Amino acid sequence: MYFDSLGAALAMDGHGAYVWSAYAVTLLVLALLLIAPGRRRRRLLRELNGELKRRQNAPTTVGEEGV
Amino acid sequence: MWSFFHKFGSPPWLYSIAGSILRWLLPITLVALAVGLVWGLFFTPPDFRQGNSYRIIYIHVPAAVVALAGYYVMAIAGAISLVWKMKMADVAMKCCAPIGAALTFIALVTGSIWGKPTWGTWWVWDARITSMLILLFLYLGVVALYEAYDNKEAASKACAVLALVGTVNIPIIYKSVDWWYSLHQPASIKFTGESTIDPSMLYPLLLMIIAFYALFTCVLLMNMRAEILARESRTGWVRKLAVSGGRG
Repeated sequence: MYFDSLGAALAMDGHGAYVWSAYAVTLLVLALLLIAPGRRRRRLLRELNGELKRRQNAPTTVGEEGV
Repeated sequence: MWSFFHKFGSPPWLYSIAGSILRWLLPITLVALAVGLVWGLFFTPPDFRQGNSYRIIYIHVPAAVVALAGYYVMAIAGAISLVWKMKMADVAMKCCAPIGAALTFIALVTGSIWGKPTWGTWWVWDARITSMLILLFLYLGVVALYEAYDNKEAASKACAVLALVGTVNIPIIYKSVDWWYSLHQPASIKFTGESTIDPSMLYPLLLMIIAFYALFTCVLLMNMRAEILARESRTGWVRKLAVSGGRG
């Protein structure tokens, strides 16, 4: 390890604010990229599953809706 | 050869092969990314002129390199969908755009943050930075144009044309640091001749570039899986998948 202490690593000889903010922005964007598609895929499957179930139950509920 | 193309055109095949690639590629990518980050941040010596601010190179350069490479992928996929009307190529093109935009954004933001302590300014309208900004607008343009059309076939065609026209920008980005002398330095890594970067800094940088390529591939495959499901939601195989709870 190049730095003597955690404090020195955070400070980076005065460049800490630049380095850490650059890494923070990058990690945030990468995390969003990685999380979004899985969430979309699972939501699509869940919605489709719900729609199919509703349709399966539809013949018995159609009559009751009019009452 | 043709059966290969045929397979690639098959949504269920592509969906499942992407899933099985992701099962091993995604963990490797995340580990490589973590190792590269820690290596670059803590285990490399500081630059003798820039001090520690240079550590931004380990995210700035990989993001910029892969943002450019991603444009090729998008443009080639666009060309394939335009010429052969291949639906899955259109899916690939559409799914590249937001990733490319995100990586270009990272390259611009980290470059800007790096510029402040190094050049004394957040922003200059030099050729490299301006052409990267145009790249960001091209990516965002494809995203927006796709959403602007109700007719998906027209959207696909318009985006493919935009992506292909935009490739003019790519050689400009590559050559900008050589053609116009400015604040932005020329490349330090060369395939021909000696690189002007010390091995202690080169290896973590190469690891990060590979990790960013792998990350692009992973996110592209994940985006495509979601997009395929959205487009194929009326088909039997997707319904079966939805009922089974998404396993497969």
